Amino acid sequence: MKQIVRPYGDTLNDGKVQLSFALPVTSDAQGKEAARVLMLSMGFEEAEITCMRDLGEGFTHFIAYGVTTAHVDTSRIRVKVVETPVMDLETTDAYIEEHLGRKITVVGACIESDAHTVGIDAIMNMKGYNHRFGLERYHGFNAINMGAQVPSEELLARARAEHADVILVSQVVTQKNIHIQNLTRLIELAEAENLRDKMLFICGGPRLTHELALELGYDAGFGPGSYATDVASFIAITLAARQGK
Amino acid sequence: MLKLDLDTSLVTRSRAAAQKITSDFDQLFASYSSVTIERTVLRLMGVDGATADGKPLPNLIVEQLQSSGALNRGAAIWLANAMLHTSLSAQAVAEEVAAGELDLTSLPLAEAAKVYRVLSEISDQMLAHITKQRQQREQYFKQYGSRNQPAIYVIVATGNIYEDVTQARAAAHEGADIIAVIRSTAQSLLDYVPYGATTVGFGGTYATQENFRIMRQALDEVSQQLGRYIGLTNYASGLCMPEIAAMGAIERLDLMLNDAMYGILFRDINPKRTLLDQYFSRMINAYAGIEIQTGEDNYLTTSDAIDKAYTVTASQLLNESFALKSGLKPQKMGLGHAYEINPDIEDSFSYEVAHALLTRELFPEAPIKYMPPTKFASGNIFKTHLMDAMFNFAGQLTGQGVQLLGMMTEAIHTPHLVDRSLAIENAQYIFKAVKNFSASLMLSPDSFINRRANTVLKEATEFLERVAQEGLLSAMAAGEFAEIKRPENGGKGLDGVFERDSEYYNPFMDKMKKELGL
Repeated sequence: MKQIVRPYGDTLNDGKVQLSFALPVTSDAQGKEAARVLMLSMGFEEAEITCMRDLGEGFTHFIAYGVTTAHVDTSRIRVKVVETPVMDLETTDAYIEEHLGRKITVVGACIESDAHTVGIDAIMNMKGYNHRFGLERYHGFNAINMGAQVPSEELLARARAEHADVILVSQVVTQKNIHIQNLTRLIELAEAENLRDKMLFICGGPRLTHELALELGYDAGFGPGSYATDVASFIAITLAARQGK
Repeated sequence: MLKLDLDTSLVTRSRAAAQKITSDFDQLFASYSSVTIERTVLRLMGVDGATADGKPLPNLIVEQLQSSGALNRGAAIWLANAMLHTSLSAQAVAEEVAAGELDLTSLPLAEAAKVYRVLSEISDQMLAHITKQRQQREQYFKQYGSRNQPAIYVIVATGNIYEDVTQARAAAHEGADIIAVIRSTAQSLLDYVPYGATTVGFGGTYATQENFRIMRQALDEVSQQLGRYIGLTNYASGLCMPEIAAMGAIERLDLMLNDAMYGILFRDINPKRTLLDQYFSRMINAYAGIEIQTGEDNYLTTSDAIDKAYTVTASQLLNESFALKSGLKPQKMGLGHAYEINPDIEDSFSYEVAHALLTRELFPEAPIKYMPPTKFASGNIFKTHLMDAMFNFAGQLTGQGVQLLGMMTEAIHTPHLVDRSLAIENAQYIFKAVKNFSASLMLSPDSFINRRANTVLKEATEFLERVAQEGLLSAMAAGEFAEIKRPENGGKGLDGVFERDSEYYNPFMDKMKKELGL
């Protein structure tokens, strides 16, 4: 059954949208009209510029409301998401003990030029993030966090040496889509080295989704708001299922 | 006025412990050098430029001396000796070396007095230039008035120095006092400094001398238009700390991120290498009148802001103690801390005010650098903007020196023009609204804030006393800092550290030490 929806302001399907953007125009009546016309050409039926701020250097900031007639049929939306259930630390440890009977080795890193360990640390370090302990805290995991700026080659070599079950990659810097390049490079190297099918490849970062991860050839991707519990549950359940085959 | 009732015996004990810890390194500073220190000497002697494939000339010379086993005397003597023999300038000698036409160690060493005379003249020239730059900065402040407090500090990070200039000029017009040009994310681990203007990089563009010059020139123009001196900062960190400090001194940067231990803990650079490099880099900054800033905020991006608050205080005290050894005055020590507290915690603001006041009062003369919320910034730009407002409130209320503005789009992208503008508007509104608020307030003696500040100070004191017994390097190897283990002989760059021989000479360090009273 079709489920047509539009943006909601204060009345169902009123189509109200809030925008904020800068234009390289002067902060005057001309500039304001330019912003309004731009919104009409974006397809908004109505456009109201509610704020105009001079940014200097010939730029102006606009805050605006538009009314859109565009709609979406939510019954037709299909998104790939990680479907394994999320378990807490104790349950995951018990699950690993029961289904695998051994520790799972995870080698993690922030690869290539990326120097920001905040993501990989949140998932792997003892401390974890926001009251969810990291993989180091689990009995069921042997967690090796290689830190930042690790070349893909080194990550793969370490994973091979440790007989890793899982490679976990974080990419925080996304300027000019560097994260896509880095993640692609790692997978290509893994394929060339015959490692791709020997372990799970998982990536995470602020601009990653499960869908994008699958597209790039990974087994799973974790975006903003993911915790160690999400990653640990996915790994445990997926490895158990694979072992069952 | 808001003032803590700090336990003064803890203040004395913590400083004594910090001093004991840093004094273990006096021998290292007196008898070792590193490849980047020698490259710095060459740069200060006037060597610049790079080969067609991008290899900087200072690196080529140091590598030549290293491979002939001659570097233990220091690069200065060999370069001066070659200048005497060839009657060429330092740069021309370097170009001969780069062309493969000259081996510096193949020339017989001239009489020591002659070599020293060349070095004395050439170092006097450069030190006079650096002094002139320092006086120029002082002149600007005299002319335009001193910096706002808290100063508004924003970053530009387009990855292209020319685009950065546009954004920096716009930010200055809106009220920024200090512009930081973010470096490309991988630069800290390069054992050389790239050459020339750059328009590439990830999360920023390279720290190069030409980029420094381009941005300083643009900001000088804006400063004149606005009648307000706009400070410029970059990062003397990573494997080239002193070289970047020297470039900043030459081009009149005003501040430098320059932490004593950051490279060890957060970039896995060898401890000895970092400690040596920070020693000389900070001396250059001290000589050039450059305000250093330290990176304590990093402790809280990896650890909890309440549990690990004491690690910030301990690091500040160590940074202060190391900085004093390099001749930095407290007025130039931008010790760092950060508003990284979990916003879901009840009374999170009281914790932050306690921590901020502790920093402020432990280092009353220092232009304390306060970093914004990043760890709990999400894609919810509205919430982040609100957290930034609370951060700005804490900054003005507790009298911080430099407020590194938070961006509502933290955790999404490097700041857009609009993000930066809204951040400045946020800070200006709040700074003005609570400008003199603190003057009307007092803390009750047994208030939570007083107790909390003393608890953190006590934990920091006990931690430092433990480290003083154990030694800093052992404590780092055991993972006592930032929950990261850094063994003494691990990390990057140890092969670039060497013991000086008895004939070693570094004319710049020698003269700077004299002038700084070290």
